[in-house]
Amino acid sequence: MPLQDLAAELALLAGACVCLVFALILPQRLQGLCALLAVLTCCIAAGLALHTAVAAPPRLTFSGTFALDALSAGVIGCVCGTTALLAAASPRWFARDPRHGEYYALLLLAALGAALLAGASDATELLVAMLLSSVTGYTLASYHRASRMSAEAGAKYFLLGALSNPLLLLGVVFVYALAGGTRYSQIFTTLSSASADAALQTTALALVLVGLAFELGAAPTHSWVPDVSQGAPAPAAAFLTVAPKLGALAAIARFCALYAASVIDWRLLVALLSLVTMTLGNLAALWQQDVRRLLGWSSVSQAGYALIGVVALGRSSLALPSLLTFAVGYALANVAAFATVIALRGRTRFADYRGLSRARPWHAMALSVALLSLAGIPPLIGFGVKLTLFAAAIQAGYSWLALAAVINTVISLVYYLRLIATMVLEPALERPALLGAAETAVAACTSILIVLTGFALQFAFAAVRGSPLLPALL
Amino acid sequence: MLSACLLAPLIGAALLGWGPKLSARATLTLGAAFAALPLVGLAVVWARFDVNGPLFQDVTELPWIPALGAGYRLGVDAVALLVASVSALLFVIAILYPIDHRERTGSYVAWLLFLEAVSLGLFLTLDLLMFYVCFDLSLVGMYFLIAIWGHEDRERAALKFILYTLAGSLVMLLGILSLVLARDPISFDMRVLIAEQPLAGTGLRASLSLFAIVFGLLVKTPLVPLHTWLPAAHVEAPAPVSAILAGVLLKMGTYGLLRVAYACMRESFAQYAAWLGVLAVISIVYGALVALGQSHIKRRIAYTSITHMGYTVLGIAALAWPTPVNAALRRLALSGAALEMAAHGLITSALFLLTGSLYARGHSFDMHAYGGLMQRVPRLTAAMIVASFASLGLPGLAGFVAEFQIFSAALASRPWLAATALLGVLITAALFLQLLQVVFFGSEADHARKLTDLGPIETASLALLLGASVYMGIAPGFVIELLDATASHLLGTN
Repeated sequence: MPLQDLAAELALLAGACVCLVFALILPQRLQGLCALLAVLTCCIAAGLALHTAVAAPPRLTFSGTFALDALSAGVIGCVCGTTALLAAASPRWFARDPRHGEYYALLLLAALGAALLAGASDATELLVAMLLSSVTGYTLASYHRASRMSAEAGAKYFLLGALSNPLLLLGVVFVYALAGGTRYSQIFTTLSSASADAALQTTALALVLVGLAFELGAAPTHSWVPDVSQGAPAPAAAFLTVAPKLGALAAIARFCALYAASVIDWRLLVALLSLVTMTLGNLAALWQQDVRRLLGWSSVSQAGYALIGVVALGRSSLALPSLLTFAVGYALANVAAFATVIALRGRTRFADYRGLSRARPWHAMALSVALLSLAGIPPLIGFGVKLTLFAAAIQAGYSWLALAAVINTVISLVYYLRLIATMVLEPALERPALLGAAETAVAACTSILIVLTGFALQFAFAAVRGSPLLPALL
Repeated sequence: MLSACLLAPLIGAALLGWGPKLSARATLTLGAAFAALPLVGLAVVWARFDVNGPLFQDVTELPWIPALGAGYRLGVDAVALLVASVSALLFVIAILYPIDHRERTGSYVAWLLFLEAVSLGLFLTLDLLMFYVCFDLSLVGMYFLIAIWGHEDRERAALKFILYTLAGSLVMLLGILSLVLARDPISFDMRVLIAEQPLAGTGLRASLSLFAIVFGLLVKTPLVPLHTWLPAAHVEAPAPVSAILAGVLLKMGTYGLLRVAYACMRESFAQYAAWLGVLAVISIVYGALVALGQSHIKRRIAYTSITHMGYTVLGIAALAWPTPVNAALRRLALSGAALEMAAHGLITSALFLLTGSLYARGHSFDMHAYGGLMQRVPRLTAAMIVASFASLGLPGLAGFVAEFQIFSAALASRPWLAATALLGVLITAALFLQLLQVVFFGSEADHARKLTDLGPIETASLALLLGASVYMGIAPGFVIELLDATASHLLGTN
């Protein structure tokens, strides 16, 4: 058992345990120290994940149940980075919460769930990762027990999870029936043979997709996203719209790749899912008057764009780079946007943002950069995301999907610009109070990274060079 | 040298946008200085330009995304040099031209400088990805300029502008991607694409890619029926921004037609050039007719823009359409189209600036609100008369040289098309003469007495613009010589 292969995951687990112990022994006013511990843990985990990826060639480990390749390393890196940034932006928000310290333990466990999703190459492990990710997610979403909105968000998240996790389980059972095992390499071999039952294959894929779409925040199990985004504690909302989503994206990519040589037209299925998700998210976002809800719907539409990269897997050399670019670009933009909201003490109505560019010019700029990046305006990283996704779609012969994404991008511009116009064009109200310095620092840091990574798009291609998507696409 | 032309306005924009607050006067002076630096740089490039040299000169290259074959690549041919120079001149004037800055002089000048940097970037780049990036960023800059400093209905007009043009540009992106993906390995280098023509002989894919690219460019040009954002944007934008919109941003459409659609996809472009010509002629006549019906002065001039961009597109179509055209006619078409871009930039910008001056004095865009201004404001009247005559194509002015070349090229091969387009010239003449007559001649309107004549900065700016267009009208030889050099490269490989 090469234990060091899972060093990053073990670090997250250990960090969570230590946080929990500290939360038990520290007095409430000192529990903010757990945030420091969480940030440290995430940095170590990210470092270990990247080290493991660089130290040896891409491989399967632990008897083929966990994939160490560019996609898992990239996504785990993004998840750890996101968690670190949001842990840093949390202490002031939870300062008076009686269970302040435990929050960080949950955060780290949720990050662990997302990391396991990213690397899972065994169907049962996928299930476990999914359960860990969603159980911690429910708790995080409803962390403010006294708040009705928070409780409602948690309840909705839980109900949808209770529906989709069994569907995933059912899908895994179907896959087991097909392949007689749960290892991905075994499943891949079975699916590649012409004799595998096409109807059974399609059903299994559809069930697994619906189950994973829940954590990705994609149709048809997307409806928790706007509620959690609006109702959950803002730092938790930021985390839940990023980390589990990236983990689920990697899981979907890895699972769909198993079908690469299958007889069924799985690409069309994913393409339709992508089309429905982005269109639904964008149309719903058009009417929002609440910034956090708007970010939630925008997050749904972004999940739709991300699926384009999955569609192109195996047909375009740009598919994997596009998925990695998406992970980085989306995580940065969403964290930057939410960090600004947190810094402004969670104010969320459009009316509260009137004239922000005069009252708080730097915050307005950070939020604008995040929104413009989500819209895909060059030279921000969001443009790199759209560029690589569109190119991958065209190369894979899915130009119609690229065209649909273009139309959706234009629609999305309406609501992103509406928020920016509210901040820039309207006269200023009073100068809004800030929460603390850390949240502003996170917003500043991420928005600068949005610009810098946009210029350094080469990184995604460098990361993927020579790395397959295990175990299917070699 | 070309990099310096992009850097100078960018540094200026950062300095004025984020730096310490200066007085309005100091801001304007500093802004104009930064805006003028590229003019100096471009003058050096003009002087160095070798007529017998390669197609693209003064080339700079740095890697950006090697995996996608995209880089920071700059270089000029004669068309780029001409259009970039006119643009740089317009930006200096736009910054100085007096308008109400709404207490945000710093950010106004910063946005204009930013827009100058990305516009020059678009005209000077040899990389298709950088071209697209600049194309998009110019929309963002223009959005904020209209939305913050525009007239009453500015937000809606700005939104309409950016939605239309961004929809166009995103569709163009798909076309561009399809073009560059056709080559293995991928390359965004225009020199490679021009030399290798990666989509040649791919049939439907080439046609669809061309349609996507041309669609995006024609939204920005704009040609009928993709023009509906233009009048709203022009009417609501402040005068100097209108001048930039007409003089610089619209050129991006036609410049892109030449550089991307024609040069990189020659075979499919030639296949559909005749249809493009038809579209251009429809725009010419439609724009002129609608303009004639407007009593809103700015709207009237905005529609003449559509007519003039129609001439340019007709020239580009004439450059490409298949037999029976000889090389000399093609050469004429190219230099006509390029000159028309420059001439329209100078003249229409002057017209928009004059409209702004008129509005600042009389607080109305309705031409019937004025009358008999000639005695009160002689300088304004003189400038308006020269600009109008230049716009309607009077010999001796820049517009005439360009339109003469375009029509000569078109008449020789598609006489009916060209003859119909000539109708546009007639209507344009009528609509400008009517405008002059109503506003400046006739009986004096009541409030005309209170109007003051052009101030020193306005006079100087207009003298510069109109002087340049007179010079181009009398002695276009020096430009045409360079354009011919570029034409022989582009046509020689035909």
